[in-house]
Parts: sequence; structure tokens; C-alpha cells
Amino acid sequence: MTSDRGFGNGLAELLEIESARGNRTYWADLWKYRELLFFLAWRDILIRYKQAVLGVGWAVIRPLLTMVILTEVFGRVAHLSSRGEPYPLLVFCAMIPWQFFSTVLGDTGASLVTNAQMVTKVYFPRLIIPASAVLVAFVDMLVSLVLLVIMMIWYHVVPTWRFLALPAFSLLVFGLAFGAGAMLSALMVRYRDVRFIVPFIVQLGLYVSPVGFMSDLVSAKWRTLYALNPMVAVIDGFRWSIMGAAMPISVTSTVIGVLVAALIIVTGISYFRREEDVMADRI
Amino acid sequence: MSNVIEAVNVSKCYPLRSPNEAEYLTLRDSMASFFKPAEKPGEFWALRNVSLTVAKGERVGIIGRNGAGKSTLLKLFSRITRPTTGTIRIAGRVASLLEVGTGFHGELTGRENIFLNGSIIGMSHAQIKRKFDDIVEFAEVEKFLDTPVKRYSSGMYVRLAFSVAAHMEPDVLIIDEVLAVGDIDFQRKCMARMKDVVRSGCTILFVSHSMAAIHTMCSHCLYLVRGEQKFFGLTDEAVSMYLTPQAGGSVTSGPMSEYRPEFARPYISSAKILNGDDVECERFGLGEDLSIEIEFDCGERPAIENVVLAVQISSPGVGPIGSVNTTMSPMAAPIGPHRRGKIRCSLKNTPLLQGEYTVDLSLSDGLVNLDALNGYLRFSVDETDIYGSGHPPAQSVGVIYLNPKWKFDAG
Repeated sequence: MTSDRGFGNGLAELLEIESARGNRTYWADLWKYRELLFFLAWRDILIRYKQAVLGVGWAVIRPLLTMVILTEVFGRVAHLSSRGEPYPLLVFCAMIPWQFFSTVLGDTGASLVTNAQMVTKVYFPRLIIPASAVLVAFVDMLVSLVLLVIMMIWYHVVPTWRFLALPAFSLLVFGLAFGAGAMLSALMVRYRDVRFIVPFIVQLGLYVSPVGFMSDLVSAKWRTLYALNPMVAVIDGFRWSIMGAAMPISVTSTVIGVLVAALIIVTGISYFRREEDVMADRI
Repeated sequence: MSNVIEAVNVSKCYPLRSPNEAEYLTLRDSMASFFKPAEKPGEFWALRNVSLTVAKGERVGIIGRNGAGKSTLLKLFSRITRPTTGTIRIAGRVASLLEVGTGFHGELTGRENIFLNGSIIGMSHAQIKRKFDDIVEFAEVEKFLDTPVKRYSSGMYVRLAFSVAAHMEPDVLIIDEVLAVGDIDFQRKCMARMKDVVRSGCTILFVSHSMAAIHTMCSHCLYLVRGEQKFFGLTDEAVSMYLTPQAGGSVTSGPMSEYRPEFARPYISSAKILNGDDVECERFGLGEDLSIEIEFDCGERPAIENVVLAVQISSPGVGPIGSVNTTMSPMAAPIGPHRRGKIRCSLKNTPLLQGEYTVDLSLSDGLVNLDALNGYLRFSVDETDIYGSGHPPAQSVGVIYLNPKWKFDAG
């Protein structure tokens, strides 16, 4: 053992590896590895569009087709109210955050396991893997937003000042999806059967979230309980920002939604961090 | 000179799973075991109290049999997993090469994979851009840059993968046997590149089963035996400890798998040393005939088009003393592909002096190493009165004996 003075002379970076969990430099590391985040997202987008014959078309067809079906079922067959607004637009406003959320959930869940080769051979902050899945889903969302603009022009919907709130609601769904995705991906490293639970959550989520109908369809006494599903706040927020005052939005629901989302983000990321150190040993 | 790596009492413990447990935990099992208390799982110490300090620019080899904890140690140094106890401090930028081509994707082109793999192993975008031409030139893939790598030959693939890794410029480089890639020419190129890296003042930690590579690369060695630090010091001493059969152990001790490096797949199904009468033998006299015979079997894997066997004999304290393969000294073989076969390498009148020797075997398809058994075969040569003079050659001088014909002309 040499004294501290002789250690690492002239080298800027000093790395300490210990058994203790808390890694003081973790968030700085995450920032340092931001390029990797973009590279991984870039890889997944490239591969997706190279392999799929339909390519970009898929990002257009999927939301459009879902919108048509939901409009038919809820608008035409069930005759649910849209307060005089075009039903397809109503559905599409909800489709944007919902499709984003379900894509992230589906992709992040298995993301660590499918990238096992990287996880066991190279160090990087593992949060980058679910984060890159979020980024990939964001690119799809941008495609949907272009479709939205086209639909708004078609239905002569003029955006109001409320449109400015859209980034805030987008941020809410990004955080929510990232937190839940990080949690699921870490869970799947430990428990492989989580793989079968994720599609079930996504499927169920479509029915318990107000994607095909408006949230005020839920009777007033259940409204608070309903707001525990943070996607209610997100979807209401999207509709309100895009289509204006005709859409229902409640402060209570939004606050509850934000709080639940915050809880999911914090638990998801801290669970991920707790599992991160042993991931390479378990995967 | 300042130290750049300090590891103090590093240990790593893995929980042991009972054999009847499935490979992976399931949520269902966990919920079930919530109701009935589970037996406490055992534990396995992959490493126990390993300490070492490495000065800037030093090249340290890590040697030991399979399962000795070498890879675990590298994983700790590269931060892939954390030690159970102990501390490691590393000064400077660390790059670890536990594998070449991490994150390579078949659908992506050579160009795209260079950027992706570079960023995965920790290079910045600017750095990759700066090194791009060097990487391509070194890998010799200029013409195929925009071809998806799934269309590459296995040789091209590993060349590209190694090339990216060889152009990082870290302060500390951690390598796990990645040099065992590509054909012979490319391996030579890799070694040359590694020597350049060394000259640039980079500190290197290097795991290998090849004592030849350890000898050329490393000044110091850490010798691990079942997770414990047996020795840390000069390479010569460490290698001779490694090569000397342990007291009490049989000559070829342990199962074959312990002698296989990480990359190797069990193609070689048997390997033995025979004497001049074709009888399995491990003790020889000076100048006797010696044969090394292996059988290979591809099993479920694809048949081998062009079988190449390399044989290398090493002596403790000296390192490798001779090697030959079936390409440089051609072997007459029927045209492949071959699923299984037997190859014998006969050496007439082996010129080895008395002492202990080990044999490294490597089986390849001429491009990629498929299997290797390093040090699995061992033999000893006993003192023999080879000249019939009552004065056998002394072991203290060299590793071979000379068999001269003297001539004296009275002047």
C-alpha cells in the first residue's frame, strides 16, 4: 500500500468502487453517458425501420386504425357524448398519450433482458436502457402529433392559449411512463414471469383509462377514485389543451394524477437503483 | 511512479441456488415462498480478500484456472458488478474489453456499428469521428462499410469489433482474452497494436489462459486459485507456479472444462499424450518419440470446413518454447466439412531436457478459434544418459539438449 499522495497523480478522474450501494457520482455519470442514450435510441429506431417493410407507415397506421375502431365502438355503436366535438378527434387526443404510455411499458419491460449482453459486459448507468425506450416511443409520438395537426386542420379546430399546457401534460406522461417502465424492467430481471403480466396491464389499462370516452362519463362519486389512475389526468389534460374548454378537466383529478405519477416515478427509479448493482449477476 | 489501481481486500460472494430451483426466479415462486419460509440459500465466494496495487504504465496479467475468479475480478474492476466487501480505487479513464463487438447488431451497417459500439464501450462521438478512418483501415473493411454486418464473414466481423476497441485511448485498459480472435495474421496485428497501446503509457489488466501472451504482455501477474490470491509479483514466478503441477495432484488434474478459455466451445472431446509405442504416457526420457492426439466432435454445432490444430509446448519459468500448427506444417486431410475426427501430432526424438512441460492446444477453422485447452496436457522428461557417457546433460542450461557429432582434426 502506498500513501494517498502517490495515488493517481495528474489524472483528472478518480473512481471508487465499493460494496456500499449509494453511488455519489451516479447522476453525474448518467449525464456523462447521455450520448449512449441517444445512440441506443437511434439504434432501435434504425432497426425498427430497417426490418419493418411498412417502416414509418406503421407509426401512422397503428394510431389511425385504433382511432377508427374506438370511434366506431364508442361514438357510433354506444352513442357516447362528445359534447358536440368531433368524436375521432376526441379519441385521437387520448390516443397520443395512451399509445406512448403503452409502447413504453411494452418495450421497457423486456429491455434489460434483451440487452443482457451489454449489461454483463460493459458498465454504464443502467437507467439509460429504459430511458432509450422512452425516447424511441417519443419519436412515434412526434409522428402522431403531425397526424393530430392534420386532423385539427380537417375539423377546423383552432388551438387556444390552452395549447401551451400541452408540454406540461406531455412531461407528466413521460415521467409516468419512465417510472413505470424502469420498475417493470428491473422487476423482469428478477422475476421472468413479469413478461406475461405487462401485456395484461396494457390491455386492462385501455379500458380503465378514458381513451374511447370522456372521463365525466364516470359518475361523480367515483370520480376521485377514478383519478387514482394517473392516465385520467394525462388524457383529460391532452383533450383540454388541444380541444379547449368543452372538454372536462378537474383540478382535483389533475392534482391526484400528478401525485400518483410522482409516487410511481420515485418508487420506480429507486427500485431500479436498488436492483441496479446486482443486475449483471442476475440477468 | 504513482499508483493508478489500488484494490484492498476485495471479495465477491454470490448467493448459491439450490439445484432443484429453476434458472430464474418467478414472481409466482416468490409469492408462494412468502407463505412457507424458504431455506436459506448457500453462498459461493468467487473472490476472497484480493489486494493489489498497480503503478501507472504497468501491465498486470491475471492467471488461474477456469473458475478461479479471474473474470469476476475483471467485472469488479470494470464496474459491471460490485464487490461484496473491500474497495477498489482507479485513477483515470477506464475502458474494459470483456468482449469485442458488444451491442453489435446484424441489421446495422459496419459504419453504424462502429458508432454504436464505440459509444457503448465509452468513446465520445467526437472521439469516434476522429478515429473513424483508423478503425476502418485497421479492420480492413473499407469496401463493406455500408453493408449490414450480418453479411460479413466471421473474420471481418471480429476484425471490425476488435478494431473499434483497439482505438479507445483510456488510462486503464481491462482486457479479457479478446486477443484470441481472427486469423493468425490478424492476431499478430492485434498484438502489435496492444504493444503500441502499452507504449502510450496505458495501464493494462489482462486475463489470459495463454502463457505466451502473458509472457509478452505483462511485467507482473496475479495468480488466483479458487478465488484466493496465491501470488502477486513478477510474471516469471507466477507463470512457473501456474504451470507447475500442484503437489499431490495427478498430471492432468481436473476436468477438461477447467482448462478452456472463455471463448472455447467443447469441440475437443479427448486429448492425450502417447509414447513411441502408442501407449498413453506422461513420463518420457530424453530424445524419445512423443505424440499428441486429439479427437474432436462438433456435436450440434456446424461441421468444420477446414480443421486447424495448433500445438504449443511451454516450460515453467521459461514460457512457450515451441509451437506448430497444421497450416505451417501442412497436414494431409480429406476435404471437409468434418463433423468429427482424430488428429495426431507426432514429434520424433523430442529434443527437450528433463523437466515439466505443458501443452496448449487450439482448434480453429482457420479463421476463428473454436476450442482451446491450455495446460490440460502435461508431461515430464526424466534425466537420461542420452550420450551413453555417464554424463547426462544438465537441466540448468536451457530447455533443449544438443545432439552433436564432434570432429577433431589434429593440427
